[in-house]
Amino acid sequence: MSRMNGMNVKFGYRDNFLGDIRPVDELFAQNVIIEGNRGVINAQGMRHKEINDVLRETAKKGVTDITVNNVFGQRYIGTRLYFPQNHKPLTIEINKFPGNDLGAFLNGHKIIVNGNAQDGVGNTMDDGEIIVHGRAGDVVAMSMRGGKIFIRDNVGYRTAIHMKEYRDKLPVLVIGGTAQDFLGEYMAGGIVILLGLSLKNGEPHRANYIGTGMHGGVIFLRGNVEQHQLGKEVGARELDDADKKIVAKYVHEYCSHFGGNAEEILSGRFIKLLPVSLRPYGKIYAY
Amino acid sequence: MYSYLLPEFMIERLENRCIRCRVCERQCANKVHEYDGELDKLFSTEENCVGCQRCVVLCPTNALYVRPRVSDYRPNSSWTRDKMQNLKKQAETGGVILTGSGNDKPYRIYWDHLVLNASQVTNPSIDPLREPMELKTFLGRKPDTLKINFDEGEVKIESELHPNVPINTPIVFSAMSYGAISYQAYKSLAIAAKEFGTLFNTGEGGLPVHMRKEFGNNTIVQCASGRFGVDPEYLNSARIIEIKIGQGAKPGIGGHLPGEKVSDDIAQTRMIPRGTDALSPAPQHDIYSIEDLSMLIYALKEATNYEKPVSVKIAAVHNVAAIASGIVRAGADIVAIDGLRGGTGAAPLATRDNVGIPLELALAAVDKRLRQEGIRHKCSILAAGGIRCSADVIKAIALGADAVYVGTAALVAMGCTLCHKCYTGKCNWGICTQDPYLTKRLNPEISSKKLINLLKGWSHEIQEMLGGMGINAIESLRGNREHLRGVGLEEWELNVLGVKGAGE
Ligand code: SF4
Ligand code: SF4
Repeated sequence: MSRMNGMNVKFGYRDNFLGDIRPVDELFAQNVIIEGNRGVINAQGMRHKEINDVLRETAKKGVTDITVNNVFGQRYIGTRLYFPQNHKPLTIEINKFPGNDLGAFLNGHKIIVNGNAQDGVGNTMDDGEIIVHGRAGDVVAMSMRGGKIFIRDNVGYRTAIHMKEYRDKLPVLVIGGTAQDFLGEYMAGGIVILLGLSLKNGEPHRANYIGTGMHGGVIFLRGNVEQHQLGKEVGARELDDADKKIVAKYVHEYCSHFGGNAEEILSGRFIKLLPVSLRPYGKIYAY
Repeated sequence: MYSYLLPEFMIERLENRCIRCRVCERQCANKVHEYDGELDKLFSTEENCVGCQRCVVLCPTNALYVRPRVSDYRPNSSWTRDKMQNLKKQAETGGVILTGSGNDKPYRIYWDHLVLNASQVTNPSIDPLREPMELKTFLGRKPDTLKINFDEGEVKIESELHPNVPINTPIVFSAMSYGAISYQAYKSLAIAAKEFGTLFNTGEGGLPVHMRKEFGNNTIVQCASGRFGVDPEYLNSARIIEIKIGQGAKPGIGGHLPGEKVSDDIAQTRMIPRGTDALSPAPQHDIYSIEDLSMLIYALKEATNYEKPVSVKIAAVHNVAAIASGIVRAGADIVAIDGLRGGTGAAPLATRDNVGIPLELALAAVDKRLRQEGIRHKCSILAAGGIRCSADVIKAIALGADAVYVGTAALVAMGCTLCHKCYTGKCNWGICTQDPYLTKRLNPEISSKKLINLLKGWSHEIQEMLGGMGINAIESLRGNREHLRGVGLEEWELNVLGVKGAGE
């Protein structure tokens, strides 16, 4: 229930997320079944905070294999599972439709979605794995720094924006379908593989401004794009043998998740998109 | 080097005092002074001088004078020397003119047009030396109502409380990243914040891992558009998390830390490869609306188990009051407002000097609006940008702030002389540079003491002024405009500030 300020209804304040949250003990008792290291959560009717409360509670009980059923749009699944003292990688299977920011700030867990995902999958993700048996919305893998994301179908706008890498952390994003505009904008590191499997024979990718402002990392793109679809900070190259190995490895991994014939996919034409400069904006100032 | 530019400073060396010790030569990173052994004489390249006064104060015999050079073009109040010189630089390079530090243009400084009240006869003043005077401030969301239960002599708070962070004085060091400033300067801020029981802000440059345990409790960490150094451990090590939307010195634009400044340590703290440009995009690309902002606020609360207040920092711009209302409704626990005179390590001059509105007006407008909407208690307000002394702090609190951020003031305490060349990486005071020859001029042991003294001195002055008003807790002054009067202000300005004219 929204609580008004008692003066003017127009200015009432409603807490979109935290109003009427039920106690976690109660929810846990009613909705979680645990058998050994496996747990099943029925998320029917839960708010996002409630799901994450229950997930955290379940994880704390030592369960490492968790299935969450009846998920409909709740956000941040996997975000509140940072246990510095007692880190155990969890596997979380989600049926069916998680909400925005799935696995945001994720640190080492594995999330499998049997359905579509929304915006912000793997936002600023640090480590772990997200596998989506369906499509995903906008800003997938934004500022992702480590781990792997596999999306079976298409993704929306601004995918892999400002993705980065650091020392042994090399994020990988594999997309089965195609992407919308601004793929890899401001990209600073990591690997993006776009397979274009949803396109008909010869149909080009539609995204514009691919790699605008890109200054690190690499995009492997299967299928056709025109020069004008690329940002001016990227150059297109042929794959060398090392590149081919990388692509083959992740395409096989993709097929192990979603099926499909890896060799057939690999026989398609790939190009490699690279930043032309690590310092795209190095020369715009007068000192 | 540019051709045909007038030197900005003039260097005079009193030859009869100079003992040829060559201190000036060693101290100036701009290579102004040079010793000629054959002639046994020092010469100066005036064009290089930025007027930082380092050589002047270190010359053992006071032989040096550095003054603004008065020679000028034909006087013209429209085409000032600055305008012409900058234009000439651009004509040679086609570049964007960069600058550092805060706006130095003569916009009205409202602090200097506001005066404070004091008790006379009808209400006694309080002497802080002998009576309790509370400066402790709690940052974070407050509950709508407070339900208290008295049970067998025990008092228990029944209402659910939101995380709040106590600070011993309403002064917090504002965001200055490791990278923009030296490690020594950064560490000095951390030590001072810890010693005094207040907070420092990491800016967008991350928090070095080895500092987390010792200083985490006194740290505000930023999550900005570049997401540099942001991982769950970083977020959870801090006391408050701040989403940086904007900065007073450069509203609406991002930041570029040039690759040359990304050394090993900085690369490690920001978690990026060494030598690459650290580009912070202008917007956060997952935030295009209040709803999106809300999404990030709650993502951060989720990532930290709802244990930490989340702050949202914006630049003071038109409609700031409506924006702040949206921010509070989006779930922020703290709103930080950075005004027109806020500082920066590097910003385009055109933006720094022309974009945004003065803090005083923005702060008053935000406080008024949140009160009207009945949601002022849902957030704390941190006021930033142009706080120069304790009187500015107390006036800011009377205009509605819970506490203030100080950046430039802290740098000045450590030695900065506002030469505005932070972006060159050649700060002779060892603050805004990564050159080890220069940074070792700053000893965190000593400069943190100076910062602590600053906090101590200001806090004391605030207590004196509060006592003078007959108030014994800083909380009672918050938004209490009855204790302010305007002098020399127009009707509309008094209206925006919500302050009466002096004598009324
Ligand atoms: S830049 Fe500073 S140190 Fe160098 S000559 Fe000028 S005032 Fe002296
Ligand atoms: S520091 Fe002073 S005394 Fe020493 S060389 Fe320079 S001007 Fe002469």
